[in-house]
Amino acid sequence: MAEELITQFKVNYFEHPRAGKLAIMTMDNGADYKKPNTFGAGALASLNQAMDNLDSDIKGLMLTGKQFIFCVGANLMEVPDIKTREEAVETGRTGHAAFKRIMDLGVPTLAAINGATMGGGLEIALYCDYRTISTGVTALALPECFLGLVPGWGGTQLVPRLIGPEKALELIVRNPLQNNRMINGKKAFEMGLGDRLFEPVEFFDESIEFLADIITGEVKIEREKPDFSNIDSLIEEARKFVYGRVHNGAIAPYRALDLIKGASEWSLDEGFEQENQALGDLIMSNQLRASVYAFDLTQRRAKQQVGIPEVPPLSINKVGIIGAGLMASQLGFLFLHRLEVPMVMKDISQEVLDRAKTYIDGQLDAQVQRGRIEEPKANFLKGLVKYTLEDSDFEGCDFVLEAVFEDMGIKKKVFAAAEEYISDTAILATNTSSLSITEMASELKHPERVIGFHFFNPVAVLPLLEVIKGEKTNDITVATAGAVAKKIRKTTVVMKDAPGFLVNRLLLRTMSVCSEIVDGPNTPQEVDEAILDLGLPMAPFDLLALVGPAVALHATETMVAAFPDRYSVSENMKKLVEMKKPGVYIPGTKEIDPEVAAAWEKDESKPKLSADEIRQRFLEALADEARRILDDGIIAEPQDIDTAMIMGAGYPFFMGGITRYLDQKGISEKVCGRKFLTDEELVAYLKR
Amino acid sequence: MARELQDVHLIDACRTAFGKSRPDGIFAMTRADDMVVKVIRALLKRNPQIEPAMVDDNIWAATTQWGDQGLTLGRASAILAGLPVSVPGYSVDRMCAGALTAINNAISDIACGMADIVIAGGVEHMFRHPMGQGADPNPRFVSEKIVDPTALNMGMTAENLHDMYPHLTREMADEYAVHSQRKAKDALDAGYFDDVIIPMTVWTAEGWKIADKDEQPRPDATVEGMKGLRLPFRKGGRVHAGNSSGLNDGAAGCLLASGKAVEKLGLKPKMRAVGYAYAGVRPEVMGLGPIPATKKVLEKTGMQFDDLDFIELNEAFAVQCLAYIEAFNMNGIYDKRLNALGGAIAFGHPLASSGARLVAHLAKVFELNPSAKYGITTLCVGFGMGAATVWENVGK
Repeated sequence: MAEELITQFKVNYFEHPRAGKLAIMTMDNGADYKKPNTFGAGALASLNQAMDNLDSDIKGLMLTGKQFIFCVGANLMEVPDIKTREEAVETGRTGHAAFKRIMDLGVPTLAAINGATMGGGLEIALYCDYRTISTGVTALALPECFLGLVPGWGGTQLVPRLIGPEKALELIVRNPLQNNRMINGKKAFEMGLGDRLFEPVEFFDESIEFLADIITGEVKIEREKPDFSNIDSLIEEARKFVYGRVHNGAIAPYRALDLIKGASEWSLDEGFEQENQALGDLIMSNQLRASVYAFDLTQRRAKQQVGIPEVPPLSINKVGIIGAGLMASQLGFLFLHRLEVPMVMKDISQEVLDRAKTYIDGQLDAQVQRGRIEEPKANFLKGLVKYTLEDSDFEGCDFVLEAVFEDMGIKKKVFAAAEEYISDTAILATNTSSLSITEMASELKHPERVIGFHFFNPVAVLPLLEVIKGEKTNDITVATAGAVAKKIRKTTVVMKDAPGFLVNRLLLRTMSVCSEIVDGPNTPQEVDEAILDLGLPMAPFDLLALVGPAVALHATETMVAAFPDRYSVSENMKKLVEMKKPGVYIPGTKEIDPEVAAAWEKDESKPKLSADEIRQRFLEALADEARRILDDGIIAEPQDIDTAMIMGAGYPFFMGGITRYLDQKGISEKVCGRKFLTDEELVAYLKR
Repeated sequence: MARELQDVHLIDACRTAFGKSRPDGIFAMTRADDMVVKVIRALLKRNPQIEPAMVDDNIWAATTQWGDQGLTLGRASAILAGLPVSVPGYSVDRMCAGALTAINNAISDIACGMADIVIAGGVEHMFRHPMGQGADPNPRFVSEKIVDPTALNMGMTAENLHDMYPHLTREMADEYAVHSQRKAKDALDAGYFDDVIIPMTVWTAEGWKIADKDEQPRPDATVEGMKGLRLPFRKGGRVHAGNSSGLNDGAAGCLLASGKAVEKLGLKPKMRAVGYAYAGVRPEVMGLGPIPATKKVLEKTGMQFDDLDFIELNEAFAVQCLAYIEAFNMNGIYDKRLNALGGAIAFGHPLASSGARLVAHLAKVFELNPSAKYGITTLCVGFGMGAATVWENVGK
């Protein structure tokens, strides 16, 4: 079990020459910035004790964090310990009561927000009369709605009262639902969360002087009264936004909307009690429990690179990319940007190479424009790339990645050609999404150096990298793939070679289900709406359009060949490809293309399914396929599946990827006869 | 092309509090470069007429130029303090006279017309960098008897002085130390250092604290109380914690400007630099250093000792002050010219910073004594040296 670090509230006193005696209250869990301050029962007890012992003759109080960290909020890992709704409500009350003691202190109080600040960390600062914010703050957020909670220690009530409902909605609802967007200190100040913005170099000294100026009356802070006059329309607008992101899947953001609206009518104490009730419901919800698990997967487990063997990786001093098409260009830019080593890009067409150069140079220029890299550095990086028609230029490459046309014959040929010029240990990686790694390696002199390196489109957005081991792939190859993945900032899931690997195998299985359903009386819109109501980021037929029907068909055919009992290609889908349609809808709309509608053959003898039945089929297929992936030994544990679905397919935290949701809803037990993780296994995992 | 020398003025001087170099000392968890940055920023904040870009050089001394005191501290601290990249900086080392050497370099640069505004000071974090850290004395020193092994131990050099001048007794040293503590207490109580010591918020195991007071002073020290103190350097010795300066963490710095800059920017100078000198003595009795250094600077500036109204002499050890008093025929321990507001025995002695501390304190003495004309800041230096700078009181 991980060691619990309890955040202590440490008080020191300072006799200020102008203002008199000040209390400096530091939140500190005793560890360095890598283990940030969090709030749990122990921290709240420490706060209460500190308030009990506070000297009565102080003229003001400054609350601040430890070095680089203010406080990142409640300790989520305590959530599984809360067993009843009453306990959950009590968690809210205890927090409110402890924080409110700062508000009721009777002398000016200042929160000096010096570093990372999230959730309860921001909330406690709102109980102070004033706030200073450091320009060194890079992450400030109320991420609760992202996790299936609401900022229920005062956030939903105090934020709108401080900065008005519109910005409160941005901070509490919109940002969390946009990939948990964080803001920096400057932006937080501009939103009105701080009264002063100071540079880090003398942040504490300047904050103390500011507090002293307040006490002596040399500075007076006057804030605009928040305008609640248009609260109804703001809430409705935000409700539409939430629906667009999660449909009716997630409950917490809607609860947050109700609480923010309430802030315009309730007294503070009424508002706090409403927060307590919301916490009671949400802390006990499946969604929060799943989020805690997902949070652990992405924040803790992913960093451990599970499945990457602990052998020293090869050092990569030169990279080769085979192919120069669009995907190869994206990967080339990524490697160049993150590895900063000489790179060879080879294609059989000078024209394609020229386009790749234009793309990569353009990407580097864009980095310069955004101020991410300096122009001379961009020029250096551009000069590192050799665009060539000759395989012999791969000489000296330690890591060669192919991204050519998805055809086994071609892939074998380009690897064999590269192998002529590289050392015996250099890695050959393939970005195939469907072909067998083992077969691709089979005719090479050194099959042990071949590995699957499967990215997800768009490469710049989706953090997942499937690392696929062929039968003969050796440990140093996997370890090197892991080291490269870390450098290009991708999250790895390591798996054995199998058709569709992991994410595509699951997604294509659901696609088979969906296309079977629309062969019957149900419309694509009905299917899409039913699935979106789970809270998934993308509807199946929008995903089809994104991937392209031809690619989807090709991939499905591969799966049908491997698993004809579970995957199918519908005639309608084939027609769609023949008609060269970009999808079933008129692009950019949810209207069926009339030509598609005319050609679509409906089997009206099939039963029309309700939304619930559609979801049930979809989820049962997922449960069945996920179970098989585990039983086939493709991956080691369900955590791999969930990491992959969150990072590669954008499945939501509040579903815990997918297996948490399937367990919670009893679907895995119904379909497979067992859960993916029993309750005991889950708790043991989280407390590991 | 012939040039005239420029006048060089001290515009301002300040310092951090001086902490005790111990795990529970106020600065134990604070970096030396951060302390330097604090002083630089305070100097510029207090003198807003000076744009940061006008600073021609940023000269900082540290005895141990390692870690947070390394990386060419003068340049590193300029960048960390947020000065424009156009402001250069460098580091100097003359052990205890580090800051005074930095200041003297600045004086020369300005006097020659090669600079108009310079920041100069010193720092020593003796908890992070114990005396002699990383030193690797050449074995020839001992094998060829170039110096006696005691020359490398500062406490022993003080014992050597007692040996050399047996009439300078431990009792006199203790009495001197008690008087220094008393003067410091009076000055602190009077608030004379409120605008000399810059409060700084520092990280400690107990959370953030404000370092705004020296940790070293012992206002209640008595000769009687010193009788039982341990003699750390040798059995039967005379030097102990009570009549020595102690191990400390601190930074001190000065802002110097040419007469031209004073006029152009409307600055209010506190002192004018008159001259400086260094001199060497036998390393075994390095405490004698200020005596020849003082003689030399007086000679070079054509002055007499009696022209000096105030003397800021670093009290590395009380015995070294007793020798100085005797050498210049001063009026004993209680001579009012000497360390009028107390000395290093009370405030502490973070090695390379002390020169700037003396300058800051002399400026304060001048401010309290407007009729005073000249003063000197002088220190003894490890390995047998003395450094001295003469100043004229121009504050009004």
